[in-house]
Amino acid sequence: MIAFELAGRVRATSPDVVVSRDEVTAYVQPHELLRAVATFRDDGDLSFDSLSSLTVVDWPERTPRFWVAYELYSMVRRHRLRVKVGLPAEDPRVPSITPMFPTANWHEREAWDFFGVVFDGHPDLVRILLPDDWDGFPLRKTEELGGVDTLYHGAFIPPVDRRTT
Amino acid sequence: MPVERIEGFHSGKTDDEAEAEVKRGIVLTTLDKAVNWSRKQSMWPVTFGLACCAIEMMSAGAGDYDLSRWGMELFRASPRQADLMIVAGRVSQKMAPVLRTVYDQMPEPKWVISMGVCASAGGMFTNYAIVQGVDTIVPVDIYVPGCPPKPEMLMYGILRLHEKVRTEGTFK
Amino acid sequence: MSGSRTRPAPGGDPMSETEIRQETMVINMGPQHPSTHGVLRLLLELDGETVVTCKPIVGYLHTGIEKNTEYRTWMQGITYVTRADYLSPFFNELAYCLAVERLLGIEAPPRAQVLRVMFCEMNRIASHLVWLATSGLELGAVSVMLYGFREREQILDVFEAATGLRMNHAYIRIGGVIMDLPQESTERIGDFLDMMPGRIHDFETLLSKNPIWLERNVGVGVLPPEDALRFGVTGPTLRASGVPRDVRKDEPYGGYETYDFDVITRSAADCFARYEVRVEEMKQSLRIIGQCLERLGEPGPVMVEDPKVRWPAQLEVGPDGIGNSEAYVTHIMEESMEALIHHFKMVTEGIHVPEGETYLAVESPRGELGYYVVSDGEHRPYRVKIRDPSFVNLQAAAEMVQGGLIADTIAVIASIDPVLGGVDR
Repeated sequence: MIAFELAGRVRATSPDVVVSRDEVTAYVQPHELLRAVATFRDDGDLSFDSLSSLTVVDWPERTPRFWVAYELYSMVRRHRLRVKVGLPAEDPRVPSITPMFPTANWHEREAWDFFGVVFDGHPDLVRILLPDDWDGFPLRKTEELGGVDTLYHGAFIPPVDRRTT
Repeated sequence: MPVERIEGFHSGKTDDEAEAEVKRGIVLTTLDKAVNWSRKQSMWPVTFGLACCAIEMMSAGAGDYDLSRWGMELFRASPRQADLMIVAGRVSQKMAPVLRTVYDQMPEPKWVISMGVCASAGGMFTNYAIVQGVDTIVPVDIYVPGCPPKPEMLMYGILRLHEKVRTEGTFK
Repeated sequence: MSGSRTRPAPGGDPMSETEIRQETMVINMGPQHPSTHGVLRLLLELDGETVVTCKPIVGYLHTGIEKNTEYRTWMQGITYVTRADYLSPFFNELAYCLAVERLLGIEAPPRAQVLRVMFCEMNRIASHLVWLATSGLELGAVSVMLYGFREREQILDVFEAATGLRMNHAYIRIGGVIMDLPQESTERIGDFLDMMPGRIHDFETLLSKNPIWLERNVGVGVLPPEDALRFGVTGPTLRASGVPRDVRKDEPYGGYETYDFDVITRSAADCFARYEVRVEEMKQSLRIIGQCLERLGEPGPVMVEDPKVRWPAQLEVGPDGIGNSEAYVTHIMEESMEALIHHFKMVTEGIHVPEGETYLAVESPRGELGYYVVSDGEHRPYRVKIRDPSFVNLQAAAEMVQGGLIADTIAVIASIDPVLGGVDR
């Protein structure tokens, strides 16, 4: 299915659909996520039967601040759909889709680990890549990169995020 | 051994003192050499492959580069049976306590090679996740630069470590 | 001590079977352990020799690559992503560059695309060889390890001649590849193509009918296709479960639709099926490389002409190795102020990518390697998310291990071929 056809079909479920560079993105509200994704999965013409990826992008100056992006893929029809959910800066919460796609388990844990987004209903939402006692969510734009000054040719060079140029 | 032959070197000492010292020196230096030689000839590294460098470390152990020429093909899984730790790759904050535990479990004497720039200084990953130099956790004897170092570079580092081990004084 | 483990009173009922079963033991395996598949930690609950539950714990190689790319230019991002899954550097570079190229709306010249495909397929063989070598080592077939690394060295020699590095090449760049093949490379690759089928045949004679290899692999770690799909497993692990999913065929990229090759599947879904799939895939990769060599006969550019994208340099081999040509240095330093400014801007800032986001997947040796790249219109990536196949495939490990023997855990983990650099990034 080409992008515009797919977008038309997706629009029947969630009206806010954008097509860009042949990629279809559907914007849904957090409380509508489970219903929308279930429809995308069960609709015979869409049949998005697998989840490729799930991640978060942090836009501190935008409202909503956190954007969770779900990359759905249909093995039957071989097309892709991105579902995006905007979450507020304070207490970002979204329903977990792990019951629907078990593969989302680790992806959601990673998103919690990196960005502090809470996935309600996740069976085991604990840190996955960082140590258990880690403080903070390192991939938020408000967090520093970290690292130490490096001695190079007699001068200390700060890490890349603290350089002036 | 007749003391007269080295009298000039030990002015101010009695013959007996000089003789005792000479004897101790000759005997113990030779023992040092023997011990160091045996340590150098069959170092057993503990497998501590972490990232890209681990693959090059394995390449160094495989047929083309053949670390067994220096009696080092036996990578031990148990740190209790090893005397060399090759930290091959980037050490994350989560891995750092594990690395120290493994190091502590190794019996003395022990040596550490920091393989690659990430292990040596954090390398290109100056960030929150990576320990900026493994020498902040364990004492390092040899730093091997490169990202990743070629097996030849690792072997050069190992040979330099052999040199260090050979000239170490254990009993003096 | 829990109640079930207390000794029954003399004369009372002997311990029932269920009570004995409850005496499980929790074993920690890793992150430093004898198997050579990286710093993976497994928390195993054992009932005797049988695994009751298995919980993989990852993150011991978390490198912060995704965060680091946000602070570097688009071009520098390549050097980071290539170190993510360090056994398939070309695939990481390719996926990242294709994603950025889609955002830019450009396409690499045909010769560059052929070179990309060829290096990727050679990388696939090298990666499968490392898999074969390390799996063999873990299951006690040490000679396979030596042979696997021997063949891999031949591929690395070609890589080194073309890119300057044995691993982490940063050869594929946004808009093409950095340099054309050096002299005699095609002959070398041709020699490799002549040699390799015989060597693969050797592997098969060593292993395919080897009773120990069969005993350790056949019927071990069975992953039914429904489970594989549920956990989002991709790559050879999925194809060994009988699902013919291959990104190269399903969503062709980089000209893969014009190459003639088969998608290998097996239906047994066990470790041996995964071994078979990987060995057969090496043969298919050889087929593709052969087709690439034919297409490399025609010369052509390997980088787009657009000065806003291409690296400002004219490389040539001088007396001290590869460097900028004399003529180019004279041009920017003495002749043209604009050229100097352009050179300076390109080197310090690099390319600007229009605002937008894209997800692009390639078929890496381990499965679907996806890059979700977000740009805010600046000269640095806003967000780079790596969807690494090992990360997803490893979720299914628990399912495959449970109910089997602890000795089979090693075989199962090896058969997934996880690369922890990709899992933890």
